[in-house]
Amino acid sequence: MAPAQSDILQGTLDLMVLQTLEVMGPMHGYGLARRIEQISEDALRINQGTIYLCLVRLVQKGWIKAEWGTSENNRQAKFYSISKSGRRQLAAETRNWQRIAGTIGRLLQLGPRG
Amino acid sequence: MLTRLRALGARLRAAFGRRDDDRDFEDELRSHLAMLIEDHVRRGMPLDEARRAASIRLGAVTALKERYREVQGLPLVDTVRQDIRHGLRALRRDAGLATFVILIVGIGVGASSTVFGTVHALLLRPLPFADPDRLVWIRNDTGAGLSGETVQVGHVLDFRERAGSFVDVAGYMAFYGAGDRTLTGAGEPERLTEVPVSGNFFSLLGIRPALGRLFTADESQWNGPRAVLLSHQLWTRRFASDPAIVGRSITLNQDAVSVVGVLPASFDFGAVFAPGTRVDLYAPFPLGPETNGWGNTTSLVGRLRPDATLSRAQAEASAIGGRLMREHPGRNRFRPVLSTLRDRVSGPVRSAVWLLAAAVGMVMFIVCANLSNLLLARSTSRQREMAIRAALGAGRRRQMQQVLTESLMLSSGGAVVGLLLTIAGTRFLAQLEAINIPLLAAVRLDATVLAFALAIATLTGVAIGLMPAFRVSALAPHRVLNDSARGTSEGPAHGWTRRVLVVSEIALACMLLAGAGLLLRSFTRVLDVDLGFQPESAVAIRIDPDARYATQDHRNAYFDDTLQRIRALPGVDAAGLTDTLPLGRNRSWGVSIPGKVFPPNDAPNAFVRVVSDGYVAAMGIPLIAGRDFAPSDTSSSAPVVVVNDTFARRMWPGEDPVGKTLRTDRPERRVVGVVRDVRHLALERDAGLEIYLPIRQTNDYPSVELVVRGSRSASDLASLIGSALTAVDAGRPVRDFRTLQALVDRSVSPRRFLVVLLGAFAGFALILAALGIYGVIWYAVKQRRQEIGIRLALGASPRGLQAGILLQTLRLVAAGVTIGFIAAWILGRLIRGLLFEVTPWDWATYAAVVVVLAIVAALAGYLPARQATRIDPLKALRAD
Repeated sequence: MAPAQSDILQGTLDLMVLQTLEVMGPMHGYGLARRIEQISEDALRINQGTIYLCLVRLVQKGWIKAEWGTSENNRQAKFYSISKSGRRQLAAETRNWQRIAGTIGRLLQLGPRG
Repeated sequence: MLTRLRALGARLRAAFGRRDDDRDFEDELRSHLAMLIEDHVRRGMPLDEARRAASIRLGAVTALKERYREVQGLPLVDTVRQDIRHGLRALRRDAGLATFVILIVGIGVGASSTVFGTVHALLLRPLPFADPDRLVWIRNDTGAGLSGETVQVGHVLDFRERAGSFVDVAGYMAFYGAGDRTLTGAGEPERLTEVPVSGNFFSLLGIRPALGRLFTADESQWNGPRAVLLSHQLWTRRFASDPAIVGRSITLNQDAVSVVGVLPASFDFGAVFAPGTRVDLYAPFPLGPETNGWGNTTSLVGRLRPDATLSRAQAEASAIGGRLMREHPGRNRFRPVLSTLRDRVSGPVRSAVWLLAAAVGMVMFIVCANLSNLLLARSTSRQREMAIRAALGAGRRRQMQQVLTESLMLSSGGAVVGLLLTIAGTRFLAQLEAINIPLLAAVRLDATVLAFALAIATLTGVAIGLMPAFRVSALAPHRVLNDSARGTSEGPAHGWTRRVLVVSEIALACMLLAGAGLLLRSFTRVLDVDLGFQPESAVAIRIDPDARYATQDHRNAYFDDTLQRIRALPGVDAAGLTDTLPLGRNRSWGVSIPGKVFPPNDAPNAFVRVVSDGYVAAMGIPLIAGRDFAPSDTSSSAPVVVVNDTFARRMWPGEDPVGKTLRTDRPERRVVGVVRDVRHLALERDAGLEIYLPIRQTNDYPSVELVVRGSRSASDLASLIGSALTAVDAGRPVRDFRTLQALVDRSVSPRRFLVVLLGAFAGFALILAALGIYGVIWYAVKQRRQEIGIRLALGASPRGLQAGILLQTLRLVAAGVTIGFIAAWILGRLIRGLLFEVTPWDWATYAAVVVVLAIVAALAGYLPARQATRIDPLKALRAD
């Protein structure tokens, strides 16, 4: 069974994947993994395989679509792209994230010094 | 919501269309890995190092695939499928064990579902009438026998009018005779049973005819148009389900009667009101001054008003009864006693049926305990397999799930066997027409019983798997893998569980055996009862004189002719006539003795038999004093009577009864003979007062049975008699022979039914308990192999070891029997009503139970004990 902490991580990873696909356009799993590693500056060092668990979940929810294609190095790879409902979800999640981040930020500023 | 649905759909698709998906994912991972390696190489890593680094970076592929499947498909569906596959493999390895478990569960499920079906049909399912909870049985409490329990028509009419608690009151004529009507016309003549019912009987019960209509008011009048309703069974059997029968007329006892309708198949009069009998026809029973003259005739059913309660209705009925008796001193007494129709129908069998249910519950418990033990032992021998799986990363819940899946697979196999047995069992019970148990024909495998069977099978599966499942999941892999390498003996806790299970099995088996034993002893006591007549080698057949024998002289001539011809047959020892055979219908008349005064509430009531000369000889009833009737005892000679022993001793204690007089249908009848008491009502009930009237001196017989005793076999006698009767009168049915033994068998059939079922359960429990003992001891020996080997090597005597093991067995038995006896004693007190001339603490039964259990247990313990002493120390120490 998956450990309980994964819920937050899962949500975060979902959001990262959606955002990456939204900004970068269709990508394969390897590319996504590299990209996320780069952006998080290796703060989020996961087994790269984990990304696929996230991807299959997002496909199931209909937020992204998958299609086999050919990579820049002429290799067969599955390409993922964001769907319309994925965009809606991303927007909602982004708002949500910002609100929470703002709340947490303010809360942390209130600390003992305040 | 939509998102969730979509995800579920995708998962379901994935769960059932696995392969492609797996390959797809593998491809994807492979391509990922290739790109990763390429990147590493590009950054200057040597190829094999790049490969290593890449697979680390990607993570463990197997685990990934596992988790991918979990996310992708429905994990439960998936793992269950896996478990089933694995379970099948494991069970195939242990095919013998699997077959055994499936059979045991099957027998258990079959037995409990069949008994549940019986409980359901007899006690739980509502009676097959409209709003059956409002139906009330109204019994007259004015003496034993049907005559004392029925009501005179005048009272019926008045009661119906006055009783405000009832929507309506209906009744049927309780003194209908089985086979009173002879159907002639198309096909062979056939005796049918017709019940006269009041005009509102069916509408009160809420029965609508399947075809045609119910009786009209006109038809329900005295001398109204003759009409009958057919039972569904008669309609399909005799009239080939011809709908055109309605409106046609049929010939009954030489009269044309028109068929006005056919009742639905669901209505079975016999099942509810007269267990074990088949009713073919229903005629209107006119409620009027004419039938009022017949005395007590009617059995009553009432429908309570929605706002009325049984107790208030009872109070009202008692008051009305009292008033009616004061207003009509000329009528018979009327003391209505109310009970729900359900109680009246199921009441007599309730305790027996609950006993069966309890017994089957105990059997089921033993089944579970036994199989649980067995699987526990098996799980121990599979400890290492499980430990390895755990070490490889199988989670605790996953392991439990697998063990439970296996036991559920076994119990599903058992469910299939059990359902087949239930179908067979319910069919068998429902067709037992000859058994005197109400509603038995309604036992069937319906949705409720099916649901019960499935639930029981599932529960069994969980129950037998739960303990092994906990056991497995509680294992610490490293300990098992270390320990069992040297076959150490198991911890004390588990041995203890096993022993508790076996002791409770023995206790329950002991209780069941004692219960069955007590009932068996009662049964043999009942069979040993002095009936007062000899049921062996005698047959009976109905020979009612029909309308052509119009006068008593005609009928007497017919009787003379018939008896002469029958007595002349080869192999016939005696022949006689009676209006009622023992253990059937009963009626009683008030009797008074000139010169004796009885308290008004204790006026003597005697069972009346109208018989011919030769009847007591044909029945094998010993004549104690005086003489039998003679053909010369006719209406023109002096009125005579024969009484039974009890009558003679109670009425004329210490005097010679022959020559005394009594008053009943005639002002004065002289006693000419005294015969032995006959148990007319039931084997379990004393004879009471009995009087015999000569058939040639009265017209008061509703039917005539010919009883013939002979030295030939019953079927030979029957065919001889049949041809002789045809010679007297060609147009009569000559097939419905009954042996007197069949009457007795029928009368004891409910008791036999209970004994056989309970005995079977007890036997099954005993076998299971024996297996349980064997298993525990065998297992203990197996666990101690090395210890025993060492002991033997050090010079312990095999005999001593054997004795030790047997002692261990007997300790288990002693514990079980002690608990079992306490329980059996309680059980015995609870079923006291079912016992006959046996006390609940019948020592002989208990002694027999102890002996049986001790022998079986010793045997079950001896086999493994013998094995133990054959252990070769060298092999035992080396093994494992």
